[in-house]
Amino acid sequence: MFEYAPAPESRSVVDIKPSYGLFVDGKFVDPTDGGSFKSINPASEEVLAEIAEAGSQDVDRAVRAARQAYEKVWGPMPGRDRAKYLYRIARIIQERSRELAVLESLDNGKPIKESRDVDVPLVAAHFFYYAGWADKLEHAGFGPNPRSLGVAAQVIPWNFPLLMLAWKIAPALAAGNTVVLKPAETTPLTALLFAEICQQADLPAGVVNIVTGAGETGRALVEHPGVDKVAFTGSTEVGKAIARAVAGTRKKLTLELGGKAANIVFDDAPVDQAVEGIVNGIFFNQGHVCCAGSRLLIQESVADRVLESLKRRMAQLRVGDPLDKNTDIGAINSAAQLARIRELSEAGSAEGAERWSPPCELPDRGFWFAPTIFTGVTQAHRIAREEIFGPVLSVLTFRTPAEAVEKANNTPYGLSAGIWTDKGSRILWMADRLRAGVVWANTFNKFDPTSPFGGYKESGYGREGGRHGLEAYLNV
Amino acid sequence: MTATATSARSDLSELGRSETALRTFLHGLPGVDQVGAEQRAAQLGTRSIKTTAKAQAIDLAIRMVDLTTLEGADTPGKVRALAAKALRPDPADPSCPHVGAVCVYPAMVPHVAEVLRGSGVHLASVATAFPSGQAPLEIKLADTRAAVAAGADEIDMVINRGAFLAGRYKEVYDEIVATKEACGDAHLKVILETGELATYDNVRRASWLAMLAGGDFIKTSTGKVPVAATPPVTLVMLEAVRDFRAATGRQVGVKPAGGIKTTKDAIKYLVMVNETVGPDWLDPDWFRFGASSLLNDLLMQRTKLTTGVYAGPDYFTLD
Repeated sequence: MFEYAPAPESRSVVDIKPSYGLFVDGKFVDPTDGGSFKSINPASEEVLAEIAEAGSQDVDRAVRAARQAYEKVWGPMPGRDRAKYLYRIARIIQERSRELAVLESLDNGKPIKESRDVDVPLVAAHFFYYAGWADKLEHAGFGPNPRSLGVAAQVIPWNFPLLMLAWKIAPALAAGNTVVLKPAETTPLTALLFAEICQQADLPAGVVNIVTGAGETGRALVEHPGVDKVAFTGSTEVGKAIARAVAGTRKKLTLELGGKAANIVFDDAPVDQAVEGIVNGIFFNQGHVCCAGSRLLIQESVADRVLESLKRRMAQLRVGDPLDKNTDIGAINSAAQLARIRELSEAGSAEGAERWSPPCELPDRGFWFAPTIFTGVTQAHRIAREEIFGPVLSVLTFRTPAEAVEKANNTPYGLSAGIWTDKGSRILWMADRLRAGVVWANTFNKFDPTSPFGGYKESGYGREGGRHGLEAYLNV
Repeated sequence: MTATATSARSDLSELGRSETALRTFLHGLPGVDQVGAEQRAAQLGTRSIKTTAKAQAIDLAIRMVDLTTLEGADTPGKVRALAAKALRPDPADPSCPHVGAVCVYPAMVPHVAEVLRGSGVHLASVATAFPSGQAPLEIKLADTRAAVAAGADEIDMVINRGAFLAGRYKEVYDEIVATKEACGDAHLKVILETGELATYDNVRRASWLAMLAGGDFIKTSTGKVPVAATPPVTLVMLEAVRDFRAATGRQVGVKPAGGIKTTKDAIKYLVMVNETVGPDWLDPDWFRFGASSLLNDLLMQRTKLTTGVYAGPDYFTLD
């Protein structure tokens, strides 16, 4: 046997303060009513830091700072100068990438190999990409002289804390807006380190404001009358509430919500690579991915073969310490999320699906869930309909391409889909019929700042990334 | 084993009888997506192998080295020195294991045989008009028989790439079968020369063809063309031996050769073996490195792990 010795990344590369204030108008400030909460390491349940909780007065202060920065500095600033700040931020992110990666893994629970090789490089790439647009907005295809909107209220989730921040802040700033961003209450630390990076980059005060807190803080932010634009990534339930809250106001809204993506494997698929794609589709980031390929549709003639390969591959997944460089699956982000994954998995068993996990030892402390697949799932099962947001895959089979399309589309969501086949014509035929914002062919969970991302139906509206991502932050 | 696998088992032995059957079978294998295969190989290369795991991997890699010299300039003295090194790679440290085999041209086999006799280090000889394979079949077979008669217990043959790429699978198959027969008890390693096969689909098909024809090992390269072993090619070959064992019950070894020069590279390959085919192949009987300069780097890293300091290159013997 070839046992890999522990290979932990050093946590001493990042300096976590015992407590953090709110980042308003270029400075860290205490909240008006002094509320706070704790952010913990989900892999050990150890408290990482005490975080200020923003009340409505604090949100108001942040929005006013953003408004002033918009009117006095950032709005009038030529695009080429805004670009300089964005390029500077991108470079600092690269320089401090190790620090950011370790902090992200500590606060979120994701494996260091993902924060190091996926999250942080994409964050820098997003800032570089949108920096390039800042002085070229009139060539973005939205007519001559497109105008910024003003102050953007941005609320982001806990699954990709820093990456979602980049998806929100980079295009907003490039287009000339200022922002007030609320990170998720379980993962605020990299956003606060990003605030320090804004200071390091000499970004003018008030252009980026970060208010930490939970649902109430988010509500105060999106309902604030001084906000011109609301951007939200998170659950469909909260997304609907936000849509209701901003209805009838002048606020422009983009929503990136849940998903229940179908990953469709045809009988002529490259099996070994399809299995990698299935694993990457559902076990990447512990399955805490809105576009996760959580429903596997296999053509029945190859179902046994694919499942056998998949199970063999799953037995190789290494679950454990997120800071170990060889960890494939880290910790579930919170006790609440773990409870939800457990509840839905139990429903899967209770409704008659067959549950399987490879033998794997889970740590005693922290929040953990073994990679799991359910076979014998039908469209009527809860695990085939509801977003689990965890390392749980529901396997269904189909006979014809038409049946695959029908099953794939039979969901209120429509964020992403995957197709595995050696036939180019079938990829195009399927992509035309799948009601999903992103369709991956012979790959899955591929992201690039130049590529627009967003949903159909209850997966939301608006696009982030690419030229299309600018539209959400321009008055067009 | 399922019913499908059992029936496949009986079918496979019949495949070599007809060109059509071989073609249908080889072209019916699942395709390889190039991007996905390269991505997986790169991913496996990011594993971090440290401390005890590294020490274990280095010793295993040393035991898997086919210490090779295949030069026109080879002399009896040079190959004897190589054989002596194969037996005691690190003269200063008796705990250092010996390598898997010494690999030379047929003319050099008798000189190596004297040194290796009774040592447990195998003696491999390239044959079949290595490296091009461009000779009549009788000459290739005579080449093989001569090497075995001189004491080689492993034969590294090259396939007829021209016939393979032209789709004349039966010709390639028959040559491998004939060479295997000429080997007698010697193990047959079939060199696919993957650098000339152009696609991973071809690598998978050539792997299956070599295994169906009776090869004991499949080997990537001669080391004589610009592209030698690469991680994705080796990955595709490992998947092939894994699937072949599942279908037939027979285990076939894999030997990447050429271009593997550092301990870091060797460890990446071992990780790939571990996570693709598992511990059954983590043994010199089932996985080898065709290399020359790799051994000194392994020894240097081994010394570093045991003593804590790097020794200069002068402390390691020249090949």
